[in-house]
Amino acid sequence: MNNVIEMNNIRREFPGIVANDNITLQLRQGEIHALLGENGAGKSTLMNILFGLYQPTKGEIKVRGEIVNITDPNVANQLGIGMVHQHFMLVDNFTVAENIILGAEPKKGAKIDIKKAEKDVLELSEKYGLKVDPRAKIEDISVGMQQRVEIVKTLYRGAEILIFDEPTAALTPQEITELIQIMKALVKEGKSIILITHKLKEIMAVCDRCTVIRRGKGIGTVEVAESDPDSLAAMMVGREVNFTVEREEAKPKEPVLKVNDLVVQDVRKVPVVNGLNLEVKAGEILGIAGVDGNGQSEFIEAITGLRKIDSGKITLNDKDLTALKTRKITESGVAHIPQDRHKHGLVLDFSVAENIVLQTYYQKPYSKNKIMNFPAIFKKANELIEEYDVRTPSEHTQARALSGGNQQKAIIAREIDRSPDLLIAAQPTRGLDVGAIEFIHRKLIEERDKGRAVLLVSLELDEVLNVSDRIAVIYEGKIVAVVNPKETDEKELGLLMAGGKSKRVGEAQ
Amino acid sequence: MIHKWLNDRATNILVPILAVFLGILVGAIIMLFIGQNPITGYWALLYGAFGDAYYFGEMLRMMTPLILAGLAVAFAFRTGLFNIGVEGQLIVGWFASVTVGVLIEAPMIIHLPLAILAGALAGALWGFIPGFLKARFYVHEVIVTIMLNYVALYVCNYLIRTYLLVPGERTDRISPTASLQSFFLQNLTDFSRLHYGFFIAIIACIVLWFILWKTTIGFELRAVGYNKHASHYAGMNVNRNIVLSMVISGAFAGVAGAMEGLGTFGYMSILSGFTGTGFDGIAVALLGANTSIGVFLAAGLFGALKIGAPNMQAAAGIPPELVDIVIALIIFFVASSYLIRIVINRLQKEEK
Repeated sequence: MNNVIEMNNIRREFPGIVANDNITLQLRQGEIHALLGENGAGKSTLMNILFGLYQPTKGEIKVRGEIVNITDPNVANQLGIGMVHQHFMLVDNFTVAENIILGAEPKKGAKIDIKKAEKDVLELSEKYGLKVDPRAKIEDISVGMQQRVEIVKTLYRGAEILIFDEPTAALTPQEITELIQIMKALVKEGKSIILITHKLKEIMAVCDRCTVIRRGKGIGTVEVAESDPDSLAAMMVGREVNFTVEREEAKPKEPVLKVNDLVVQDVRKVPVVNGLNLEVKAGEILGIAGVDGNGQSEFIEAITGLRKIDSGKITLNDKDLTALKTRKITESGVAHIPQDRHKHGLVLDFSVAENIVLQTYYQKPYSKNKIMNFPAIFKKANELIEEYDVRTPSEHTQARALSGGNQQKAIIAREIDRSPDLLIAAQPTRGLDVGAIEFIHRKLIEERDKGRAVLLVSLELDEVLNVSDRIAVIYEGKIVAVVNPKETDEKELGLLMAGGKSKRVGEAQ
Repeated sequence: MIHKWLNDRATNILVPILAVFLGILVGAIIMLFIGQNPITGYWALLYGAFGDAYYFGEMLRMMTPLILAGLAVAFAFRTGLFNIGVEGQLIVGWFASVTVGVLIEAPMIIHLPLAILAGALAGALWGFIPGFLKARFYVHEVIVTIMLNYVALYVCNYLIRTYLLVPGERTDRISPTASLQSFFLQNLTDFSRLHYGFFIAIIACIVLWFILWKTTIGFELRAVGYNKHASHYAGMNVNRNIVLSMVISGAFAGVAGAMEGLGTFGYMSILSGFTGTGFDGIAVALLGANTSIGVFLAAGLFGALKIGAPNMQAAAGIPPELVDIVIALIIFFVASSYLIRIVINRLQKEEK
């Protein structure tokens, strides 16, 4: 079999860091090749080298057997390399066809030949079974469909080699299945695919071979058929990994959080949380499953006082939180691990210590009569850094300088340390590597076992299924079903998340 | 990581120093261009600022309002606000302090603090307006503060003309019980106009440092300045902090005005245009990297340049406008610190 791409012994240095060290990746004609590694392992750097955004410090790149020098993305395009980005690069109020031709417009005189564009798009779409409507506007179509537009965009530019950057992050299980079929169709037509991912299940489902990198070093390439998830994970992390979270049965007690008929409107006065009812009990982890954008974020912001409530009631241990401000809610015993740790969770320019007291700085012993007591703050910070294994040079280091996993550990340390009655964890493991995920799941379960109520919101179904004691499915701002994770599976959840009905709805309620 | 942090810190100090050096260097090139000797020119400038006791006293006198205006800008900037209105806040502060100084009679121990306080309050009020509009109605503070500068200028002129006018297009002299003038300091500096306000400016530097770094108020203000969303999440009242920041910033500016009214002049003239001190405060804060010590040093530099300029003309025949060019160049180089950082990084790399 021919190698369409050979990246041999690639090394890339940045000032002070070696991002890629002696990595070899060989992509065969017509295969789906996984690039597996933890966050920060150097996957993006390697692909950016292939796409012409960075130059390798050492090593050679061969495309179809010839040594090439990919100096910028245009060169990559000419060589037939296309990238489907994780964050879509689409203009929301343009149509599908307009987005696809952007930058490579077919012209009739000085005018754009939109008819030809639509015809071309339709042809490509039919050839690979993508079913995109060239005239639909981007803002009106689903995330899965937008991703297909991105795929057509690369095909339209003549890509023979497609790089998919974490393509399943924002998709429902059904959409993931469809994407897998699309990838198979592409390969059948002679395209070759590199799939960047850290999800082992997808690799097992679709890939032929898999190249693993760890901390910038190439670990090796294996045939997927001769491998299994456990050994791939061990290659990726460098040690044995425990996937199933070990834990005892939950012993739920009285309800801590009660939400009745909650309605929250967005800025356009559209109710995004629309009559939501929910209870979370002490000593249980309630997972909320749902496709992104069904009111999860607004729901959490409403509980934590960050967003105005239009009607309905929220109580914590029978105390009414509905009209309280964030600070009072925090003082009432709610802790919140926010989904966007850079925007909400941390002041990145503050030191780790300052971030540790972000909500408690005005209390004793951290301040007295409005004068900060920094020795007490540093002491606390050091304790938590030790206890939660936050890897930082010191408590004075800027939060910005920490890795994502350690930033998240610092937030979790701060939130759990307040001994809250209710712990809200919104996508607590997003973008983290396997080790950090393990740690965070263990902490959530520890909190549960201490008798706290834990509300987990996640877009990762695996996480919801693994960690929760009960699962509530959110769809269009309502809880449409509460199910027992032992009696359900991804298929049923996926159906519920997409607004479908299941005959077993409500059983676990 | 610690090594990198130290490097960052060193760069932060190095950038302004390099900017000053480059500004002076380009100034020298311009002097050569107009057929003058830069060494003679700068020597005359230096002599004009430090050469004898009178010049030195005048330089310190010049520094006083520059320090306070710089602190005002720096304080707002720490909370993520750009206070262009220091000029207007300074004018109302000047007016309010002089009004109290002229109209009220009281023993010095009450009168002088009262007059300074009046200046601070007037400036605080002038800062409150844009702060409130920003917090409540999302009106951008830059636009409001620029406009309020004009309102301050013309309202104060109107009030002086209507109620406080004496011959000479100005207010009466303030009563001696409200004066910061110091015979001791004047005597020491060969009868310059140096007054006790210089010490108030030094105290203000310490106050700013203390508020920002040692109090819970400063913690909140800095948090809001760096990341509004996280501050909101942490239960801080973001809007209240925006208003508070502008109020405190305005108070610093108001005190700067009081220094002119109670110290340097002892009265307030009808102003034909802006004093410029408030705008220089922006440059001082920028060069001083929004720190107390930096503002103090930057104010010293700009004070020296401004006081030394006349002597440069008298002794070397170089037009004093050249000093304005040098100041502008320094600001230009600080603003393009990105460029300087690249150069520094390149140099460090080559050393390795």
